Amino acid sequence: MPGWLANALPAGLRRLGVIVAVLWGAATITFVAVKAIPGDPVAVLTGGENVVDAAEREALIRQFGLDQPLPVQYLRYIGQALLGDFGESYQYRQPVIEVIGEAAGPTLQLAGTAMALALGLAFVNALATAGRRKGLRTVLAGLELAVLSTPVYWVGLLLLTVFSFYLGWFPVIGGEGFRALVLPAIALSLPLAALLGQVLRDGLEEALLQPFALTVRTRGVSETQLRLRHALRHAALAVSTLTGTLFAGVLAGSILTETVFGRAGIGQITLQAIKTRDMPLLLGLVMLSALVSVLINLAVDALYLLIDPRLRRTAR
Amino acid sequence: MSLALDIVARVRNGGGRAGHAWRAPGLVAPLAFVLLLVAAAAVPHWFTALAPDAVDTDAILLPPGLAHWFGTDQLGRDVFTRVVHGTSQSLGIGLGATLIGCAGGVLLGTAAGLAPPMLQRLLVRLIDILLAFPEILLALLIIAVLGRGPANTLLAVGLSSIAGYARLVRSQVLRVWQSGYVEHAVSLGESTPAIIARHVVPNAIRPLVVLATIGVGNAVLSASALSFIGLGVVPPAAEWGALLADGRNFLDTAPWISFLPATVVAASVIAITILGRRLQLLLSQGGQP
Repeated sequence: MPGWLANALPAGLRRLGVIVAVLWGAATITFVAVKAIPGDPVAVLTGGENVVDAAEREALIRQFGLDQPLPVQYLRYIGQALLGDFGESYQYRQPVIEVIGEAAGPTLQLAGTAMALALGLAFVNALATAGRRKGLRTVLAGLELAVLSTPVYWVGLLLLTVFSFYLGWFPVIGGEGFRALVLPAIALSLPLAALLGQVLRDGLEEALLQPFALTVRTRGVSETQLRLRHALRHAALAVSTLTGTLFAGVLAGSILTETVFGRAGIGQITLQAIKTRDMPLLLGLVMLSALVSVLINLAVDALYLLIDPRLRRTAR
Repeated sequence: MSLALDIVARVRNGGGRAGHAWRAPGLVAPLAFVLLLVAAAAVPHWFTALAPDAVDTDAILLPPGLAHWFGTDQLGRDVFTRVVHGTSQSLGIGLGATLIGCAGGVLLGTAAGLAPPMLQRLLVRLIDILLAFPEILLALLIIAVLGRGPANTLLAVGLSSIAGYARLVRSQVLRVWQSGYVEHAVSLGESTPAIIARHVVPNAIRPLVVLATIGVGNAVLSASALSFIGLGVVPPAAEWGALLADGRNFLDTAPWISFLPATVVAASVIAITILGRRLQLLLSQGGQP
């Protein structure tokens, strides 16, 4: 074990360094953005109306450290941000962490459902059509291409028009519970399913051409068994990377999906934060998005080792 | 959005089964559609006799029909006319943003490939950080700083796509730098800037040309998405995304106000993407005997 540790430690430290670098970069970009916004920062703080008198103004400036020179402000801000303290949202008048925590629930629900649905669709689609059923394969591959270049809001609007407006099966705007989750989850999952399906089918077809597939077939193993137990493992490698990237991108997708379907969530508070220039909240959201992307990359790398034993050997 | 670049980058060498790329059946329709778009952008009055801002109080929220192909909105404006007149602005934003993205990508990517090692590492890290952001979030940040409007939408979409192009250009630059003709130029005593400008960049950006075609589609998509969520081009402008945003409050009574313009956006993006892919296939086939 010590030998393994000695190898893993530098790699782990390097990873930690990259994580800190990305977070620092994200915080810096946001800081520059905040400072580049034209106008009186106190007016932004108080929601645009300059109703504060001179004394109150002075207090606000002191409270948010706006009287300090820029480098000092920057250091203070970076230090607090890296510790997870983003201050208080101007608009909601409560700590940013709490605002984000409340909004994360519905978004995670939506993103999780969509991701599960997408993976399910992609696996069924790829297993059924990889290297067989030519007609179905052509149709599905064409559909995948179309869905991939389609705006996610168009899919949402289509679903709304058909199932809510004409058929009346689902609520048009907002709502709670499962019924309100169906259409947004489908809209968000279709492009993901298309991309995952493409990559998975490619991987499967490649794996099925390799010598090991022939070996397994000569052992008399059924075609389904071959696909499920042997080929899928090869194809899953690329898919796991992609799933990670896509999941990180779901935050972006949620902005549009939540707007179309009028759902509460991370996307909505991001929009609000930008429209009202709620900078502490915006900073928190940017850092969250960077953190999610970094952590997912980490998880994907760990998943690699789990799926492909050969990588474990070379890693040592 | 940068994701689309990845998809394209890993397009399979499936050209063999499609026969010759130009004769493939899937090409004529998208090509015709793109030409139609260009015509609508250049001469919108050929397609519709109405003015995009003409208010008609007798024809409010009419569903699609013969008189109004795409129906009318809450002010009685003809939605089809507005879509036609919005084409030039939407395509313009798409083209402009792609140009900015490509130009920035070439600069940043070349620098990240050929700068001194320390600077190189810094620039590569910068590209990584930018890629860690979802593109739309970056665009939203830029909009937050600059404010809304057509020009700022163009800038936001363009700037936020730089990192994706830069990564591609860097890998190409590194490949070209190792090639025989660069070595040749070095041994002939050409100066480094001249080699970069005359040999490296022109050869490195060749794959970029095709990607940029598809990038225009993506930029149109991003811009319309920004307008749709109310942070891009603001109504009453007849830009496509603004049209969608206009109809958002009428989804439960008149969904066509948003849905039909969104369909035009979708069709445009699909057509442009298919054209780009076909072009890519054609070029890759042209390189082989």
